[in-house]
Amino acid sequence: MFWNKAMETISGPDLRTLQLKRLTWTVRQAEKVPFYQSLLKNAGIRSDAIRSLDDLVKLPFTSKKDLRLGYPFGSLAVPLTEVVRIHTTSGTTGKPTVVGYTRADLENWADLMARDLTMVGLGPGDVFQNALGYGLFTGGLGFHAGAEKIGMTVIPSATGNTRRQIEMIEDFGVTAVNATPSYAMRLAEVAEEMGAGLETLRIGTFGAEPWSENMRRELEERLGITAYDSYGMSELYGPGAAFECEEKNGLHFWHDSFLIEIINPETGEQLGPGERGELVVTPLVKEAMPLIRYRTGDITMILDDVCPCGRGQKIARIMGRSDDMLVIRGINVFPSQIEHVLLSLPEVGEQFMVYIDRIHHLDEMTIEVEVNRDYFSGELGDLTHVQKRVAGVLRDSLNLRTRVTLVEPGSLPRFEGKAKRVIDRRGDIW
Amino acid sequence: MDTENFTIKQISVFSENRPGRLAAIARALQEEEINIFAFSIAEAKGFGVVRALVDKPGVAYKKLTELGFMVSFTDVIAVKMRDEPGGLFEIAKILGEAEVNIEYAYAYSGKEVAVLILRVDHVDDAIRRIRGAGGELLQSSLFT
Repeated sequence: MFWNKAMETISGPDLRTLQLKRLTWTVRQAEKVPFYQSLLKNAGIRSDAIRSLDDLVKLPFTSKKDLRLGYPFGSLAVPLTEVVRIHTTSGTTGKPTVVGYTRADLENWADLMARDLTMVGLGPGDVFQNALGYGLFTGGLGFHAGAEKIGMTVIPSATGNTRRQIEMIEDFGVTAVNATPSYAMRLAEVAEEMGAGLETLRIGTFGAEPWSENMRRELEERLGITAYDSYGMSELYGPGAAFECEEKNGLHFWHDSFLIEIINPETGEQLGPGERGELVVTPLVKEAMPLIRYRTGDITMILDDVCPCGRGQKIARIMGRSDDMLVIRGINVFPSQIEHVLLSLPEVGEQFMVYIDRIHHLDEMTIEVEVNRDYFSGELGDLTHVQKRVAGVLRDSLNLRTRVTLVEPGSLPRFEGKAKRVIDRRGDIW
Repeated sequence: MDTENFTIKQISVFSENRPGRLAAIARALQEEEINIFAFSIAEAKGFGVVRALVDKPGVAYKKLTELGFMVSFTDVIAVKMRDEPGGLFEIAKILGEAEVNIEYAYAYSGKEVAVLILRVDHVDDAIRRIRGAGGELLQSSLFT
């Protein structure tokens, strides 16, 4: 089933003509943004000099850092009066990245989500439980709009209160659930505890964090569903930029809306199909926040095979990160953010170690910090207070609950050169 | 009444909650021939504080700090108790009536005497009231 067959299957010269036209438009849109004016000037290229898609390589890359430097509205190409919504995503240090949407941006995003959900066989008659966070996180609202658009009955259940979630699946005859894969595991576990069969459930769409093929098999078996992988990020509207079709063999990118490349993250050189590297995306119809060659940090490859479903080129499921970003319960965390928080707290040193475990299918992040000698009174209560304060400030800053462990001063490893502060013990995640 | 004579310096040592930490502290004290009169461990999530009354708190502080431990002195009092039913009640009653709050306490019971070590919110008040009621406190000169 197609939502927008013409755009989902566009290929060959038709696609290239459309992409070129939209690329030129996007660069013109970017020329309204001061930081892009200087990036483009430094690269010695202007929108009117783009003659073919091969000129893409002449354009500069955009990094997450570029977006952060413009906080809050430095990345907007339209006046705030035309921005109808704002989402934020975690930045690499203290400030989040702000993402703005015009009315047309929201419509385009909902259209892409509508394509995604239709592609996996959902539509009117389905009852869709959207168990992703609603709020600044783009996951909840993004899926919600697409799910309503295609005429499903949508339950904005968000996350938490897992037993109630199971009751709703049973009582409302839910046919499809959308969640992070780790929360889906939790749903499966609680359903089993409650003896709930979840007979009506047939499809699950999961994303926002890495999950392996083993986890897919387990989710499919325990929830009695077919599980599909979804891909996106706030900078590319949110979820839905790419999605698996019923073949479950790679994710279709929407090539009328995004120009994708794979590059060598070290050299920036373009790589061919089948070569593993960093995904770089140029959205083609974004009004409020145009991006040029945005470095996603996600490692994947372009798949060269033709998909029986008739849609365009796919990427492989995400295989890792080119930077040190962590994904914890669907939330992106950079170690530099943790460092930034610790520097603002005199009670503890700036050294830290991060341990990530998967406990009952949910990611738990433990941060070890050294107590500052000057703050040791000898009283246990004062130490507990320091521990709570560090956890509280981290929670406010990362939007994530963490476990904080106090250790003796001088006991954490000191690094010369590249620090290895993160020990990921989750095992099979990519 | 000079309450200073009865205000004892307890050493409080931060310790991660993992095997070998107490042994490391105890070995350091042994190396300095420091005798431990009484001690306790208070624990929170993942860490604890080792509290000890030792015969040479200044030497213990120096040695443990040199080894990288985080150490501080805490003022406590040590009250002799009758080692028989009601002994603890006698002391606790005095403090309760004086509105002195006990933050923590530990005790030891030896051949001759039982001793209650107390960390209280008002040290001077506690000393005056206990002595006023005929109670006996260990002198700080035992721990210098």
